[in-house]
Amino acid sequence: MAKRSVVPFGPQHPVLPEPIHLDLVLEDETVVEAIPSIGFVHRGLEKLVEKKDFKQYVYIAERICGICSCGHGMGYCESIEHMMGIEVPRRAQYLRTIWQEMSRMHSHLLWLGLLADAMGFESLFMEAWRLREKILDMFDLTTGGRIIFSVNCVGGCLKDMDSAMLKAISDTMETLYEDMRPMAKTFLNDFTVQSRLKGLGVMDRQTALMTGAVGPMLRASGEPYDARLLGYAAYNDLDVQPVTETDGDSYARCKVRIKELFQTANLIREAISKIPEGDIAVPVKGNPDGEYFMRIEQPRGEAIYYTKGNGTKNLDRFRLRTPTTSNIPPMVEMLKGCQLADVPILILTIDPCISCTER
Amino acid sequence: MENKNTVREIRLEQLFPEVINKKMNEWRFVQMCACRTPDGYELSYSFCKYYDMETLRLVIGTDDAISSITQVYPCAAIQENEAAELFGVKIENMSVDYHGKLIRIDKETPFKEKG
Amino acid sequence: MNIKNFRNLINNQDNQDLEDHNHKYSFCVYAGHVLKNLFSKPATTSYPYEPAHFSERMRGHIEINAPECIGCGMCMRMCPPGAIHVDRAANTWSINPFDCVQCGSCVHNCPKKCLSMNQGYTEPESEKAVFTVVIPEKKIPPKKPAAAPAGEN
Repeated sequence: MAKRSVVPFGPQHPVLPEPIHLDLVLEDETVVEAIPSIGFVHRGLEKLVEKKDFKQYVYIAERICGICSCGHGMGYCESIEHMMGIEVPRRAQYLRTIWQEMSRMHSHLLWLGLLADAMGFESLFMEAWRLREKILDMFDLTTGGRIIFSVNCVGGCLKDMDSAMLKAISDTMETLYEDMRPMAKTFLNDFTVQSRLKGLGVMDRQTALMTGAVGPMLRASGEPYDARLLGYAAYNDLDVQPVTETDGDSYARCKVRIKELFQTANLIREAISKIPEGDIAVPVKGNPDGEYFMRIEQPRGEAIYYTKGNGTKNLDRFRLRTPTTSNIPPMVEMLKGCQLADVPILILTIDPCISCTER
Repeated sequence: MENKNTVREIRLEQLFPEVINKKMNEWRFVQMCACRTPDGYELSYSFCKYYDMETLRLVIGTDDAISSITQVYPCAAIQENEAAELFGVKIENMSVDYHGKLIRIDKETPFKEKG
Repeated sequence: MNIKNFRNLINNQDNQDLEDHNHKYSFCVYAGHVLKNLFSKPATTSYPYEPAHFSERMRGHIEINAPECIGCGMCMRMCPPGAIHVDRAANTWSINPFDCVQCGSCVHNCPKKCLSMNQGYTEPESEKAVFTVVIPEKKIPPKKPAAAPAGEN
């Protein structure tokens, strides 16, 4: 009879990217069960909606997380706009789409760097983050900030991009498309990377659907679900194809994210070539009354924004269900039966963002 | 093609039959949200299938106890524990029960009182 | 590049060569790139030996054009962290630069456009200090004389 021991993992650990705590029940070197526990960065931001004006709250909503910041601001604004029946100008929708797609690219490059770091491949980590710097320079040029943008407002956008900036973005995407190839080839073909990723944490399509996986985790198991096909913002004009793989292991998840990187670089160039002229914001009158559920596709998966107004300038309730909240049960399911040394890689393949999970 | 995004009111005794109906038709569980009203709570359970979304709305009093749906959808555990801990909703028979220790906060049920 | 070419690119039809289908895996794929990086100049700038370069729209800190301010207090009401204080009785406008999150809400909502967001971050200090300026006193406009009736000249 093997001996069982409980090892606490996190929130502070050199290889763990996010402050999540796991109690791992081990039998020799194999993990039998894992019990997650969160709550180290809980700031109670959902309660703050009762004190701040609904127009001021955009700035708080986008500071929920640093990596998915643009998506939170956009999702909150779209939810309020649908509730109040505000028609956002077409140019503002294209601008929001371009910023959100660049946000997706920088998030995937950040994740690829963290994956290489967790495997010990430091030079690949530096290469991924060096490519990411080019995108952050574009953000700095167009919005004024590298991580937090403050460009979304209820009714449209606050800042416009002139044709010189759009050309700079388009040229950066063209050079990035070629520069990312050596890095992508290393991730997909190198022997050391494959031996750590292939066959690890296999999840078939039915388990992924029923345990609640979203985003690249679901698409790597064969289900072509992508919330961008709902057609919000400018996505009904762009040609978005969900990228799927059928293997369902960690290598497939890495491949899905790399292919999405290349797809996104081309989507941005397509959006820039199609952007119409016009206003960037409409004035907002009155107070929100009613409720609405809005779904958008964050880099990590599908996020749901629920806003409920009661006719005053403070909202009644704002609830954000982030993709990581939904991906934690499949992660716990995957951890059963793996070796102790594979636990950090498995936690990383869901692309955790604990800062969003507990607002 | 327009995707559905509807909210439907149900009564407490209809909760379980509806949830099992969704499970048999392969809808996936998406979120559970609690909202405080002056004399109780409004719970919203959302389910998705392909690109359609349907939400079941349940209105209960402050001291009413409801049964957990984790026996049907195990992935609802974290969201139900969060509603119980932050809002004080009495949920019974959760498959994984953290007893108010999931999120490390000092005050009990901080979202229960407005303001 | 015309729109039709995007359809092929987005469907990744020219990305089939990313994976090496002849061999299942290869060794030392990244080695050539590492050697190239070893002998080229660093990608980072050598700050503080070179000056820092800020972009034009950078959101660094808030500055006020004090003679234009009318003391309406709109910036104080719209500030999410509450970093701005306007005191009408003492005729001062003050900001705590360490509480400011550089969101730009005050700049956007000022009716006289006397606030601006300028480049350069707030320097670190040993204690939090509040920055205060004096704004002009609120002038009460003189009462207009009653308008003459239309028939008289």
